[in-house]
Amino acid sequence: MIKIDDIVKVGIADLNVVQAPQKIRTSGLGSCVGVVIFDVSMKIAGLAHVMLPDSNMFRGEQLNRAKYADTAVPDLVEAVLQLGGRKYALKAKMAGGAQMFQFTSGNDMMRIGNRNIEEVKNQLDLLHIPIVAEDVGGQNGRTIEFDPSTGLLHIRTVNQGTKEI
Amino acid sequence: MKTYPFRLTNFHLDILKEIGNIGAGNAATSLSKILNRTINMNVPDVQIMSFDDMMERLGGHEKEIASVFIRIEGDAPGSIFFVLTPEEASMFISDMIGVEDNHLQAPPYNDLAISAYMELGNIVSGSYLSALSDFTNLNMQPSVPSVSIDMVGAILTFGLMELSNISDQVILIDTKLTDELDKYSDITGRFFLLLDPDSFDKIFDSLGIAEDDQNR
Repeated sequence: MIKIDDIVKVGIADLNVVQAPQKIRTSGLGSCVGVVIFDVSMKIAGLAHVMLPDSNMFRGEQLNRAKYADTAVPDLVEAVLQLGGRKYALKAKMAGGAQMFQFTSGNDMMRIGNRNIEEVKNQLDLLHIPIVAEDVGGQNGRTIEFDPSTGLLHIRTVNQGTKEI
Repeated sequence: MKTYPFRLTNFHLDILKEIGNIGAGNAATSLSKILNRTINMNVPDVQIMSFDDMMERLGGHEKEIASVFIRIEGDAPGSIFFVLTPEEASMFISDMIGVEDNHLQAPPYNDLAISAYMELGNIVSGSYLSALSDFTNLNMQPSVPSVSIDMVGAILTFGLMELSNISDQVILIDTKLTDELDKYSDITGRFFLLLDPDSFDKIFDSLGIAEDDQNR
């Protein structure tokens, strides 16, 4: 018999989908944003660990679509639909986008967390997926775990305890 | 932009190792002076790895670390992370300012402890960078340091922003700290140098090494 891991882990610049009883998790979000798209009655969810806002910034050879908000969100929706999610029932939760270090410098990279949040929201808006809960910004790293059977997103931080949204 | 990081040969990696070594030697000397004990830095390990593997090196995405981040500005920009466990950082700080309860183990953190740690990171990174700058003859200036005590993943991804627009892999110049005496025998202190993609060519150019050099 094939053993199915209870918790599917999503790495940096990666995305994946699960169906209950599996849960899905990503660790150590700083300026990155974890976005969950789910269909709670089908108990299906997808999670992307987005690192940067805009794939037009990419100058390399092989684009990893899960890295950028503008490509990861549509791909994530597609993956959730493939697994049996229903477009009209999809909802989103998101967390992350912190500013881990404080600088006075005007470098745009320094406020990348905010830009990630904005672009994820923009993409969800374009796809008409409502954001039902979020825990974004601040200065804290976050580890998030989503349970598709309850629709709850569990958030753990080092300095500010845990919560569920 | 050259094809970062795949066109680098072992020869290039050896040069990066040597660069890291020169910087680390200098940094170890100043760290030893501040703490008044002999701290050695191992010969750096230079590897090309995935982002996730880089986090695993420090004990996983979620492990809590105390880090000083310094941005390198000038001819060859990049990022430097000086990393200790919160416990080790607390020991170092106690040695520096002679007070026992300047802990970084749990919030709220003592302002004096944070400030001392920032200064420690600043001095160590500054000496690392000045050795680097002398060796390569490039202008490399440290930014104002910044301290964060949080998860490995949350902290280190900050240094990956520039290069992640080029690649999903990082060239990590990783130096470990060791203590000659027993007190810090278990230190897992690290010094990470993450150069921006374009900085590699600048450094190789400045050292007179062609980017497609296949020597050795």
